[in-house]
Amino acid sequence: MTGLQILFLIIAAITLGGALMVVTTRNLIHAALWLILCLFGIAVLFVLLDAGFFAVAQVVIYIGAIAILMIFAIMLTRKVAKDSGSQTNSTWPIAGIVAIVFFGGLVFLFQNWQPIHTLPPTLPQGYNSIEQLGMALVSPDGFLIPFEVASILLLTALIGALVIAWGKNK
Amino acid sequence: MSDPVNFVANWLKTVFTNWGVSPTWTTIIISIIGVVVLAGVALVIDIFLVWVERKVVARFQDRLGPNRLGPFGLFQPIADVIKLLLKEDITPDKADKFLFNLAPVLALGMAIALWAVVPLAPTVIGSDLNVGVLYIVAIGSISTLGIIIAGWASNNKFALVGAFRMVAQMISYEIPMVISLLIPVILAGSMGINSIVKSQPVWYIVLAPVAALIFLISSQAELGRAPFDISEAESEIVAGFHIEYTGMKFGLFYAGELLHALTIGGFFSCFFLGGWRGWGAETYPILGIVYFFIKAFFMYWVIMWIKYTFPRIRIDQMLNLNWKFLTPLALAALIMTALLDKIFQNASSVVYIIVMLGGNLVLLYIAYLVTGIYARVERKKVASPEDNRVNFPIKSGANIVETQSSERVQA
Repeated sequence: MTGLQILFLIIAAITLGGALMVVTTRNLIHAALWLILCLFGIAVLFVLLDAGFFAVAQVVIYIGAIAILMIFAIMLTRKVAKDSGSQTNSTWPIAGIVAIVFFGGLVFLFQNWQPIHTLPPTLPQGYNSIEQLGMALVSPDGFLIPFEVASILLLTALIGALVIAWGKNK
Repeated sequence: MSDPVNFVANWLKTVFTNWGVSPTWTTIIISIIGVVVLAGVALVIDIFLVWVERKVVARFQDRLGPNRLGPFGLFQPIADVIKLLLKEDITPDKADKFLFNLAPVLALGMAIALWAVVPLAPTVIGSDLNVGVLYIVAIGSISTLGIIIAGWASNNKFALVGAFRMVAQMISYEIPMVISLLIPVILAGSMGINSIVKSQPVWYIVLAPVAALIFLISSQAELGRAPFDISEAESEIVAGFHIEYTGMKFGLFYAGELLHALTIGGFFSCFFLGGWRGWGAETYPILGIVYFFIKAFFMYWVIMWIKYTFPRIRIDQMLNLNWKFLTPLALAALIMTALLDKIFQNASSVVYIIVMLGGNLVLLYIAYLVTGIYARVERKKVASPEDNRVNFPIKSGANIVETQSSERVQA
């Protein structure tokens, strides 16, 4: 077992532990903070894969924007930040079976998938992955159309938010 | 001997190899030593910064500042630290203990984490990340988290209000800051901070003065320093998010703020003032460290100058300045820089510099005209009485509450 694999197992355990705490803790703020730990673990996994851009983007978008927005929303409703009700409802056995079947299916599929048994190739010195990513996003034979469509979708969402916030009394 | 840091690192490497340590472990041990030394240097500078801050603010306010302990009061910060350490450490009742203790650590830790990507000299850099610029933004968002946690865990209304204000400010000002950082990235063609510094034979403050100005203003807001200190606002919410912190825990927030300010000064010098660039820095990296710190401390002084010159602005003014002025200006500057850079990429460097500088000056003049027109419209609104209620934020806020409650009654 290489050092990288040991590191991966530790990080994966922390990430999964954080994810488990998100759904089991009763305090909503704590749940949001555990979620941040989980997302941070995923960012570290990206670092282990030499994908620096994705790691940083993960932190900027998921921790810096989404998680902070969640905490903001929770803090505005401080009275309900603690939940004392039951944490499961009557359908939990069905959900559990579906989850186990899905997980088993994924494990089975990955067992038969060849690339999962090969070690990642070491990148050559000075390999610039962001440059390639940038070129792929704007070149016509790359992802230009999906990129532009996604931009328009986000712009629409932005204008929509503005229209809602504008109010009727103007 | 011109590059002492790498000399020591290489010497340690040979020592470890002679001891029979495997190369992987040698790299790991040397990295750990490097981290400890860099963080240690940053913290020692931090102690010195307490003295600098107090001395400079005293000069701005026509006072002498600390002058009793040691020459020029240089030992004053040591006395400050001892005082902070000896103070009683109070944790408020019903505070969230773990988070309450975590927040100051995050506040100072993130300021130190930023030093990982600061190029002190051509060869002295913690980690030459190829996404260095984004790394700064990412760390900035984690320090926002520290402030939220501090405000919430204190179980105090003033702290919570302070945290709200701080977060609203930080996430708004992140937008013009990121856009203004994209301009050096375009000019250098790289996101690595060291390569941005390397591609500045002409400092980018000449090529992109608008971006430099926006970065300075928005990073001042990121720091939460006056005139953007509504999160602390002593006269309104006492001390904001760190109201419940005593002793060294407060000290960590204070140290974090000072170190963060110097770090921002360092980044400003890297992006717009050529970082370690200077006479002989390429051949003698140790000179690069000196140049870097001279520029960083100069920008730190500018940040203090702004802080102690302007009064605090209101929250609506803060948001207006961001969304109606800085963000559009930053977007216009970004588009203009990208276009001009593409059109004149083959022109001689003199033409390129003149075009870039001219474009920026035209943009500043247009911004000046537009703000003039805006101010005239606003003044007219205040002058005509029937529009008065729209202009005062407190009254219009009350209107919103009234309409909401009346709507609820109707429903």
